[in-house]
Amino acid sequence: MTVEDGGTDRFPAGMRVLAVDDDPTCLKVLENLLRSCQYQVTTTNQAIMALKMLRENRDKFDLVISDVNMPDMDGFKLLELVGLEMDLPVIMLSAYGDPKLVMKGITHGACDYLLKPVRMEELKNIWQHVIRRKKSNTKNQSQLPNQDKDNNESGQGALGAITIANPDGKLNKRRKDQNEEEEEEDGEENENENEDPSSQKKPRVVWSVDLHRKFVSAVNQLGLEKAVPKKILDLMDVEGLTRENVASHLQKYRLYLKRISTVASQQANIVAAFGAKDPSYMRMTALNGFGDFQTLAGSGRFSGTSLYPQGIMLGRLNSPAGLGLQGIVTSGPVQPSHLQNVSKSINSLGKLQPNPSPANQNTSLLQPNQSKPGPHIRDITKFDNPTSLKISPITDNRATASTYSKPRHGIPSSHLFLQGNPQQTRSGDEFGIQSSFGAVSLQSETLDVGAAGGCNFIDKSRCNENWHGAVQLPQLPSANPTQLTVPFNCSQVTPTNMTEKFTLPTTFIRNSPNDISASPVPSALGDSRGDMQCQAGLLGNVVPNVNFTSSKSRWEDHNQNYQHFNHGFGTFDSVFPANGDINSLIHNMGSVSSVRSGSVDAPFADQSNSANAPLYQQAEVGKSASMEANIRSIENYLLGQTKFQDGFMPNGFESLDELMDGMIKQEPNEAMLTNGDFSLGTYSVESCM
Amino acid sequence: MERNNQLHRQVALMRQSLFDQGYLDEQFVQLEELQDDTNPNFVEEVVTLYYRDSARLVASIEQALDNRPLDFNRLDSYMHQFKGSSSSIGGRKVKAECSQFREYCRTGNGEGCIRTFQQVKREYATLRKKLEAYFQLARQAGPRDTASRST
Repeated sequence: MTVEDGGTDRFPAGMRVLAVDDDPTCLKVLENLLRSCQYQVTTTNQAIMALKMLRENRDKFDLVISDVNMPDMDGFKLLELVGLEMDLPVIMLSAYGDPKLVMKGITHGACDYLLKPVRMEELKNIWQHVIRRKKSNTKNQSQLPNQDKDNNESGQGALGAITIANPDGKLNKRRKDQNEEEEEEDGEENENENEDPSSQKKPRVVWSVDLHRKFVSAVNQLGLEKAVPKKILDLMDVEGLTRENVASHLQKYRLYLKRISTVASQQANIVAAFGAKDPSYMRMTALNGFGDFQTLAGSGRFSGTSLYPQGIMLGRLNSPAGLGLQGIVTSGPVQPSHLQNVSKSINSLGKLQPNPSPANQNTSLLQPNQSKPGPHIRDITKFDNPTSLKISPITDNRATASTYSKPRHGIPSSHLFLQGNPQQTRSGDEFGIQSSFGAVSLQSETLDVGAAGGCNFIDKSRCNENWHGAVQLPQLPSANPTQLTVPFNCSQVTPTNMTEKFTLPTTFIRNSPNDISASPVPSALGDSRGDMQCQAGLLGNVVPNVNFTSSKSRWEDHNQNYQHFNHGFGTFDSVFPANGDINSLIHNMGSVSSVRSGSVDAPFADQSNSANAPLYQQAEVGKSASMEANIRSIENYLLGQTKFQDGFMPNGFESLDELMDGMIKQEPNEAMLTNGDFSLGTYSVESCM
Repeated sequence: MERNNQLHRQVALMRQSLFDQGYLDEQFVQLEELQDDTNPNFVEEVVTLYYRDSARLVASIEQALDNRPLDFNRLDSYMHQFKGSSSSIGGRKVKAECSQFREYCRTGNGEGCIRTFQQVKREYATLRKKLEAYFQLARQAGPRDTASRST
């Protein structure tokens, strides 16, 4: 009966719907309405519970209907998360019909927006969203002609060469899925996660960190604009991967980059502000990009903080106090609004406690309202527990993100999360979250987190896609604080183990020359990392780190660094010399600044497991300004995440994804961040919740 | 039988008047449509649930209205929820008063809010009484008394 079985004959009867609404009256009515449409209904009045159920088994449901205003979690956040992690169609419900809200729903990826009270007629047709999505996914994955109309549209050609360059990510998606006329969750790009549409069974492609890394390097090689699925596919040379898979992934990636770039610029500012702390918050820069992320993330759920990355990063940045945020703050420009969101989320995350040396320069971000980001960031700092892994706040959340560890991604779980970068990165503080994203602007210090963490969190489910690259901090061997790499492994969540070190791309952090201390994360990561990891929520934490690279320049520097780090994204080693080397890495980064190529990626990510691609973020960072934006988005993500501390791992995920995209997009130039893996995006940190 | 028919007729009339007088709207019909043999008391259940759950909302709003200065955002948020619930059962008048209240919140009119809230409460109570009477009569008339609507 599930559509997956291809038993579409019964469809829409038997469609499994998850209904979420805090109002018991409405929920009861909705439940009955749905039942009378012959759907199989599961209800819950808590968004958190809903997420939990979804995470447990994504395949248990075909569709989610959720109220917008809920006390435990914002409906948009839930929307984003679900879209990011599970790629399920989500319908929003609200008594408010305000076009702005409807628009928000769209940007966050809702496939429909219904007004309360809901009528039967409206519910009778909701099954179309499920089919539509499946078709899109199918199209992406394989060229099976099943999708009749989809196929046409997507065109084989369309699929492949969708010029994601479209500034409007949504458009891209749209083009791809021609059949999706409506806004269909643009945000929710068809991830490669192929949730195999019912019509045909396509093997789901899991975009593991490695795979993503390859993808990113292929794209970088070709150049973002010239990257077409066919060529990428050839370059990647992976068996079993179809052009459609690549095409769809590419689209997402582009969107992500776009998003990141906007965010990154913001973040850069922030990050700059943060400076020292957590580079991880590079994501913060993504704050600006939030908007983008939203689209990127597909579900833009991130209401408000759409930038998950930001939020996420912020949140996660454990103590590094500004995990990135700090830096970000300085940049000031970071869109305050975003930051605000981010910070808010961050705060919630866990308050990254500002690292001992919080204020690292940029702590301003974290610091209470420093340049705009401040306010947000501040929260971030809050997140961070001074404890070593600064990511801790995130980690807590992360813990929730445990789901993150889903092997799906292939990421060894260490994803990343960047975070780690607790405090000063350099000092080896737990850099925990070096969220690579954040790194973007994050001051080299704690940048990591943001991105990485964010990514991780963001989309656990997404991990398939492994954007993680960036975020996934390869499991850094040990806690060396210096290691930036904060392997934010979600799985690792064990706080104590943070060894995974997210080697946050601290490099991102700020380009501030040598300040790349971002690495301190490693150590920190070790412990808290565990938490960080998946804690999808962590993302939020990490976010703080998101280095709000407030200044684009930072990014550029970072970008350069990234390139430098691009070594191979896969192996973190190259980038972060496992421990202690991080500093040198950072140093390198500093010098790399000229590199600018955002290719920072790689090193981060793979440290221990290819999974941590956190570096991606970094790599992306290279993109410079755009990266910053990404970071921002990441940060937003993080922030968003942080918000979730309560366990929502909300949106953060999405933003990460977006961040990643954003980051990736940063500059199509150089190697596009080789590590493009912005695993960040996928960090569904939240999932850990 | 005759008696039954008569009762049924009465129930139908009462029901109709609720609509005519504007106490209920279309949504109520939706609820009725959901009621069937497998779910024979659905409407009453929902209404009961509504009154139970919204009681606390009403209390919250009341309390918030006592605070000075008035927190319009909060009030608006509560009222939003309340309105959503009310609209789910088809409480038309209540819903209208809620909208009015929210409008006052939007403009920051404290006086207006307080005054309107009194009306909200009044409509809320009136509706409850009417519905209770209606359900009681419907029960007396026996099952399927108002079944005609589904058609």
